[in-house]
Amino acid sequence: MIDTEDMLETAAAWHDSGETVAIATVVDTWGSSPRPRGSRLVLTRSGRMAGSVSGGCVEAAVADAAARTFADGATQVLEFGITNERAWEVGLACGGKLTVLLERLG
Amino acid sequence: MTPETLAALRAARAARRVEVLATRLPDGAQLRLPDAAAPAALQAEAARAAARDESRIMDCDGESWFLHVHAPPPRLFIVGAVHVAQALAPMAATAGFAVTIIDPRRGYATAERFPEVTIEPRWPDEALRALAPDAHTAVVTLTHDSKLDDPALDLALRTDAFYVGALGSRKTQAARLERLAALGHGADAIARIHGPVGLPIGAVTVAEIAVSILAQLIAVRRNGRALPSATGGVVRSTHSRDGVPPEACPMSQDQGRLA
Repeated sequence: MIDTEDMLETAAAWHDSGETVAIATVVDTWGSSPRPRGSRLVLTRSGRMAGSVSGGCVEAAVADAAARTFADGATQVLEFGITNERAWEVGLACGGKLTVLLERLG
Repeated sequence: MTPETLAALRAARAARRVEVLATRLPDGAQLRLPDAAAPAALQAEAARAAARDESRIMDCDGESWFLHVHAPPPRLFIVGAVHVAQALAPMAATAGFAVTIIDPRRGYATAERFPEVTIEPRWPDEALRALAPDAHTAVVTLTHDSKLDDPALDLALRTDAFYVGALGSRKTQAARLERLAALGHGADAIARIHGPVGLPIGAVTVAEIAVSILAQLIAVRRNGRALPSATGGVVRSTHSRDGVPPEACPMSQDQGRLA
């Protein structure tokens, strides 16, 4: 049985199986935002995803940004919201804003 | 995040220890707190965040840090490895509870009936004494057998468990409360028992009863003991149409059924 909020087990399992893993974490939110601070999305270079940092609105954009983190290990701070042109494209329909920390595991 | 940090966070969770992962923004440097070597301001803020179980960004000496509280999961002790427990255990685990099934009856408490669930085969009072429910623990009795339910409730009421629930009809509940009063529990203690257990959603099937119990557990954990009803009033857990039909005992036939 899987605790749907505990992404660390998934991150460890994927890393142990040889995947290149990145972890995205909600570090701040403004206005209505579907996922609280601390919520996590775990991604692999091979395209697997578990968890979430929004209601499904920005995960694809985080996955795009993760290409750089996979490649050079760079930690990134990503901002999404209605004032952000790119986030508008990916559709943060709730009108909130959020900041996501994206880091490589290992 | 280093694999070592990940391993330490997982170990803390398994050991039921609160840890705060402090990440400096934007470079991603990380510290695990408590750590005596960390800046005092960071330590103090981390302790406050941990106490509130609230992750947040703070400024420390001109640096921005994200304090991510990693709290162990709340616990749910289910007394009675019955049919409702088979539905409730996996649902509660999905919702983030660390579930333990307590039942000394070996025919009920089997790994086949409860895959991936911790099974505690001691008598409920002995088991609960050892497991020591705290303010992040819920106890739900489902056996319908006063020899098993009563000692569990007696012990649960002597702890800080945030939720105590007992399956059974209103009639069963009234008799149960009298027995607990005879054991020395006052009105305030007895009022802590949610029984008949569950939110009044008209639950009929085992899975529906499990949903009503889990929903009530979450409501109490997140909102406190009383809940606003759909009509704007306040529904107490002793509401006459709780999750289990008041005069029926839908589980009575399941007591002898093992699958």
